[in-house]
Amino acid sequence: MSQLARPPWMERPSRAPLTAKVVIFTMILVGVIYPFVSIIATSLASQKDVDEGGGMVLVPLHPSLEAYLSIFQGSVITRALLVSVSITAVGTLLSLAVTTGLAYGLSRPVVGRRPLLMLALLSLLFQPGIIPSYLVVKQLGLLNTYASLIVPVALNAFNLVVMRQFFMDIPQELIDSAKIDGAGELHILFRIVLPLSGAVLAVVALLYAVFYWNAFFQALLYLQDSAMWPLQLVLRQYVIQGSPLPGVTAYSAPGGSPPPTQSIQMAVVVVATLPILLVYPFLQKYFTKGVLTGAIKG
Amino acid sequence: MAREAVLRVDAGRAVVVRRSPSLISKLRRDWVLLMLMLPGVAHLIVFVYLPNLGNIIAFQNYLPFLGFSSQFVGFDNFTQLFASAAFWQAVRNTLVISAMQLVLYFPAPIILALMLNSLVSPAARRIIQSIVYLPHFISWVIIVALFQQIFGGAGVVDHLFRAANLPAPDVTSSPPWFKWLVTFQVIWKETGWGTIIYLAALLAIDAELYEAAAVDGAGPWRRLWNITLPGIVGVTILLLILRLGNILSAGFEQILLQRNAVGPDAGEILDTYVYFQGIAAGQYAMAAAAGLIKAVVGLGLILGANRLARTFGQPGLIG
Repeated sequence: MSQLARPPWMERPSRAPLTAKVVIFTMILVGVIYPFVSIIATSLASQKDVDEGGGMVLVPLHPSLEAYLSIFQGSVITRALLVSVSITAVGTLLSLAVTTGLAYGLSRPVVGRRPLLMLALLSLLFQPGIIPSYLVVKQLGLLNTYASLIVPVALNAFNLVVMRQFFMDIPQELIDSAKIDGAGELHILFRIVLPLSGAVLAVVALLYAVFYWNAFFQALLYLQDSAMWPLQLVLRQYVIQGSPLPGVTAYSAPGGSPPPTQSIQMAVVVVATLPILLVYPFLQKYFTKGVLTGAIKG
Repeated sequence: MAREAVLRVDAGRAVVVRRSPSLISKLRRDWVLLMLMLPGVAHLIVFVYLPNLGNIIAFQNYLPFLGFSSQFVGFDNFTQLFASAAFWQAVRNTLVISAMQLVLYFPAPIILALMLNSLVSPAARRIIQSIVYLPHFISWVIIVALFQQIFGGAGVVDHLFRAANLPAPDVTSSPPWFKWLVTFQVIWKETGWGTIIYLAALLAIDAELYEAAAVDGAGPWRRLWNITLPGIVGVTILLLILRLGNILSAGFEQILLQRNAVGPDAGEILDTYVYFQGIAAGQYAMAAAAGLIKAVVGLGLILGANRLARTFGQPGLIG
């Protein structure tokens, strides 16, 4: 493979730089992968494994699922997980609809396009501050509602620009010929433009989904009731600040010892990371295709 | 019957179109598109531009029950802010962390992109790319938790030091280590993802340039210097402009999560100062003033850097 890809004019690399390159890339990959392997291993570990491994375990010698049984015994994690899943699902759909609508309109010769485009682009420079945003959400009566986790952040200007650029690159003739055939704007959008835009829709949906899944600050700012907290905020409370999880008692099999605190904490981390690890392989291929970078040149 | 009517309407419309349509008829023509755009435009107005107007409270003696009709006090909030040691400490910390990121993080994606670009095998490149992009998608909460587990008081590094009978550094909760810690976290999380834009620029370089240079006897380093690097100068300057505009942002969520572990002296940045002053302590007006300063300075810097880039013949960000 590598022989085929090397153009004939290129020198064969000598041994020393080649070895250096292999060593450096190996170190980078280990540095990225080690923490992920380690959290999964620790979440499965017993007290003995944790004591020997010094906090983080690489290979649990006595693996058990007790940490997971413990966290799902109490209602806190289950509930937070449900909140996070719902916010991510609803938020991503709403954001995708709002972004697609505006991006599509701005890609067509619509009346008032220039000022509306300026309105969208300048929003990148005028990011609102924390305090005025909080006051607006408060004035709208959204404090302490799940809507406050979605509505104020439903549109991301960067995603808008990416999507609009993609729509602009769709050949105009396709749209013109559909118009001549008498197709309305909705028909053009749903039957012609969107079917051609799978790549950009996938990327933007993923970026929104990851944002909603990972967000904790909106919840910290707008929700006073900790029973409404999404998973990331519970994680912050429990793992980073080390507060005990209400309702969670370490589960242990009859005659066994309870799972160590570190395993339980890492089990929560795994639960919060797993959805991203699961969808990532299906979507990473789009990132190497230049969907994101096309917009930056435009 | 119905068919005839439609034909007649169409014919009537065609005449109107030729006469350069009035605003009303343009609105009627585009109403479907406008309805599609409405939610997005409404969002921009309510959640971007309205809060920007809300910065007016920075000039008021803001009282929550009076709202935006609180009494105007001119620059009193700013005077108070400038007299506060905590504010200046936050500014200092922000600038130090930003400078460290500029020196230590900013070049990292460029170097990694150049290394990836030097890989001949497309398969190896693709695999490495998809692995190094991954940390970008992990939340700060999880990354901070990971760093605590590895570098914290009961973590792996501590364990290794103790096994070697050395005094263990508690990296995650000691103030002198804090700025290095957060810079390293950014490098771990964002270096891989940061390569995307450089790789796109590298891909856009004409491969024949390399071949011609090689035929003329230019070695690999010579080609790097004379072809590859000039190919990414434009995008590097663009990202540098954006970074300069954000010099008063040093990673809000990331630092908010860790500020309490080291205390405000080492861990307060402008954004966390605004949050703790405003939301936690209820000093809305003063916090809004601090936020406004940050926004205005950032906007000034980004426009200034943009002008500078254009003076030196680079395309810059705007125009």
